[in-house]
Amino acid sequence: MIQVDGLTKDYGPRRAIDNLSFHAEKGEILGFLGPNGAGKTTTMRILTGYMPPSSGKAMVAGYDVVDQSLEVRRRVGYLPETVPLYPDMTVYDYLKFMADLRHLPSAEERVDEALEMVHMEDRADGYIANLSKGMRQRVGLAQALLHSPEVLILDEPTIGLDPAQILDVRNLIRGLAGERTVLLSTHILSEAQQLCNRVLIINKGRIVAEDSPAQLQARLSGAQRVSVTVGGDGDGLVNLVASISGVAGVLSAKGNSLEIETVPGLDVRASVARAIVEAGYDLLELRNIGMSLEDIFIELTRESPAAPEMAESEDLESFEE
Amino acid sequence: MRNMWTIASREYKHYFGTPAAYLVAFMLLVILGIIFYANVVGAMLQQFAPGVQIVLGPLVTLLLFATPAITMRLLADEQRLGTMELLLTAPVKDWELVVGKWLGGFLFMLTIIAITLLYPIYLHQIVDPGIDQGLMVSGYLGVILLTAVLTAIGVAVSSLFSNQIAVFFATLGVYLILWLVGLPSQAMGAMGGPLLKYLDLSEQFYSTFFQGIIDLSSVVYFVSLTALALFLGTISVDSRRWR
Ligand SMILES: Nc1ncnc2c1ncn2[C@@H]1O[C@H](COP(=O)(O)OP(=O)(O)O)[C@@H](O)[C@H]1O
Ligand SMILES: [Mg+2]
Repeated sequence: MIQVDGLTKDYGPRRAIDNLSFHAEKGEILGFLGPNGAGKTTTMRILTGYMPPSSGKAMVAGYDVVDQSLEVRRRVGYLPETVPLYPDMTVYDYLKFMADLRHLPSAEERVDEALEMVHMEDRADGYIANLSKGMRQRVGLAQALLHSPEVLILDEPTIGLDPAQILDVRNLIRGLAGERTVLLSTHILSEAQQLCNRVLIINKGRIVAEDSPAQLQARLSGAQRVSVTVGGDGDGLVNLVASISGVAGVLSAKGNSLEIETVPGLDVRASVARAIVEAGYDLLELRNIGMSLEDIFIELTRESPAAPEMAESEDLESFEE
Repeated sequence: MRNMWTIASREYKHYFGTPAAYLVAFMLLVILGIIFYANVVGAMLQQFAPGVQIVLGPLVTLLLFATPAITMRLLADEQRLGTMELLLTAPVKDWELVVGKWLGGFLFMLTIIAITLLYPIYLHQIVDPGIDQGLMVSGYLGVILLTAVLTAIGVAVSSLFSNQIAVFFATLGVYLILWLVGLPSQAMGAMGGPLLKYLDLSEQFYSTFFQGIIDLSSVVYFVSLTALALFLGTISVDSRRWR
C-alpha cells in the first residue's frame, strides 16, 4: 500500500529526511515514531502529494506520489498536524465542502457517516470556531475518512489533547484498523505501542529501528531494571546499593524506594536483597521491571550521531497519561 | 471544472457572512451615491443633462480600492489558517483552486456592481430624454472586464503572502503600475510608445468603453490580462510545493 524508496528532502541546505525506505502493507497500522524535527511531517507531506521529494521514490495505493499525484490524493485520507479547518464554517458545511471537492456521489450521506464515525453527529450545525481541540481533531479525522480512503495518514493525531480526548481518538483509530492501511506519526511511545502493528523509529531524518512494539522491547531487554523498596526512611540506601557489584547505576531514588539498572545479563536481585538485609534495612519489595519503550527509544536515538540535540525527548513524558 | 465551482461558491457565500465584505460594498455604494448626488445637483444648477459617466468614472476609481479589499483574503487566508495544506492534498488541480477563488471574488464584485445600476436607472428617470443607453451598455461591459482583471491580479498577489494587509497594498501597487504605465508613451514616441499605451489599464478603459465604443482589441486585452494573472497565480501556488 505504501512503498518508499530512498526518500530524501532538503529544505535549502537543511536535510529534513535522509534516504528513507519503508513499506506498509494493507490493513496494517504503521507507527512513525520520533522526536520533534525528526522528519515525520515532511515524510507525510510527500506521501500525500503536498510537496515533492528532493530525491527518491514513493508509491501510495499503487501510484507514484509525484507523477500521479492526483490519483494518490484521491485515495489517501490525510489529517495534517495542524488540523486545518475553517473556523467560520459549520462542521457540516466544512465536511460537505471537502466531500464535494472529492466528487463523492452521495456527499450528504458520506458526511453523516463520517460524523457518526467520530461521534460528532450532534455538533454538525455548530461552528468550528466554537469546538474544543479534541472535537476539532475529530472533525479533521472525519474529513480524512469522508471518502473511505485505502490509505489513512495521520500526523500526530493526539497532540495537544487532554488525556480523555487522547483515549477517545486512539479508540477511534483502533476502530479504523483492518480495512485500511494507517500510517500514524507520534512522538509518544506508548501510543505507538498501543496502536501499531509495526513501529518505525525515526530520528534526524533517518530510520533508527523498525520492528513490532513487542520485538523492540525484547531487543534491549539485555539490561534490566530492578525496583527496590525498604521500610523506614532509606537513608544511605543509594550509596549502599550503588556499591553492589552488578549494579550499573541508580536511576531514581524517592525516599525509601529506588530504581536501579543492572549490567546487561546479570541478575543482581539476590545480592541486592542480601546486602540490604545485612545493612539492617527491612526489605519490603524487590522486583524486575522491563525497560519501557520510552527507554528503548531514548537508547536508540542516543546511539544516533546527532544525539546531543535530543532535548526534545523531555516532552516525551509531558504527554504521557 | 467542478472543483472550480465548489471553491467559487464557498467563497461567494463566505462574503455574505463577513461584515468586512458588507462594509466594503456599503462604502462603495455610499461614496458613489454622494458623488452622484453632487453631480446631479451641479448639473441641474448649470442646466445641462448629466450622462452615465458621472456614475462610471467614480465607480472605476472606487473599484481600484474595493477589489483588493475583497480579494486580499482569498489565498492569503488559506495560508494563515494552514488550510492550504488541505486544499493542496485534496484531489484539486492548482488552476482549479486559483480560478475558483477568482470566480468567487469576481461574482461578489459583480453583485456589488449590479447594485450600482440603480444610479444610472434613476438618472434615466430624471433626465430628459433619458441617458445614452449605448454608453451605459459599453461602460458597464468595460467595468465588468476591468473588474475581471483587477480580481485576477488580486488573487495572484494573494498567493504571495499570508498577511492580508500586505496583500492589499501589494495589489494596489500592481494596479498603480498598470494604471500609469501608459504615461511615458508620449515621450517615447514611436519607440514602444504605442505598446505602453496598449498595456495601460486606464487607457484601455477610458479611450474605448467609457466613450461608448466596444473595441475588440480592448476586450482581448482585458481577457488576456485576466488569464495571465490567473496563470501566474497558479504558478505561484504550484511553486509553494517546491519550497
Ligand atoms: N518548511 C520548512 N522549511 C525549512 N525547514 C523545515 C520546514 N519544515 C520542516 N523543516 C525542518 O525539517 C526537519 C523535519 O521537520 P518535520 O518533518 O516537521 O519533523 P517532525 O514532524 O518529525 O517534527 C526539522 O529540522 C524542521 O526544522
Ligand atoms: Mg511534525
